[in-house]
Amino acid sequence: MTELRVSYTLDSTLETVDSAEQTASRIAAESGFDEDVVMQISMAVREAAVNAVLHGNAYDPDKKVKLDFERTGNDLVITIRDQGKGLDLAKIPDPLAPENLMKTSGRGIFLIRSFMDEVQIHPSQTGTEIKLVKHVHGPSGDVKEASQ
Amino acid sequence: MSMKTSTRQVDGVTIVDCSGRITLGEGSVILRDTVRELLSKGQKKILLNLGEVTYIDSSGIGELVSAFTTVRNQGGELKLLNLTKKVHDLLQITKLYTVFDVRDDEASAVKAFS
Repeated sequence: MTELRVSYTLDSTLETVDSAEQTASRIAAESGFDEDVVMQISMAVREAAVNAVLHGNAYDPDKKVKLDFERTGNDLVITIRDQGKGLDLAKIPDPLAPENLMKTSGRGIFLIRSFMDEVQIHPSQTGTEIKLVKHVHGPSGDVKEASQ
Repeated sequence: MSMKTSTRQVDGVTIVDCSGRITLGEGSVILRDTVRELLSKGQKKILLNLGEVTYIDSSGIGELVSAFTTVRNQGGELKLLNLTKKVHDLLQITKLYTVFDVRDDEASAVKAFS
């Protein structure tokens, strides 16, 4: 894959969530991932953006969401940062637990972890950074080289 | 494409044909309002046809759960019809597939309402 590094600074709005999803979908497709994997990546980014806008920045117009895409030979790495109080990892529920199964929220992080190869969450007092990694598995794996 | 719904009646069952995206914001709100309106009119046998739903996020999944619970709590039934592969897979990994009564044939789905 051709290397790429691109960064966006976005407002804390629902439009940002849609924009992040669409950008992720485009970059994942351009990177040669197949349709199902493109959907997984774009959905993971959407869920991370939802967390940043809603739970992190709480729609605060003074706070921004930073979205970075880095494509290397082996990985597509996406980083989403907010400027909120920092996600409390201990409070992330297990949505598959019987007591949580019928809850109407709490599935975002679970879906992100389901769809990406690596997920790193770094909360701090100045915000939460979530790094999402999708590996390139080669021609027989998830990626088909567009040039071939 | 944003979410759209249209409703029709078949043998006492209200079929809600959904199309577009059930996502945080407008899509989820439209689904919520549609179900609430049906319940307010006493239409408690609801079949959600998701055959034209192109995308659903965690908020949309939550809205389906909410609709299911709300209808059941009012003594009604809510079933799902014509899941796309994407929606089917999402309900599988969230372990909700067995919670919902999922159907792939409209006529038999209508008959399945008590």
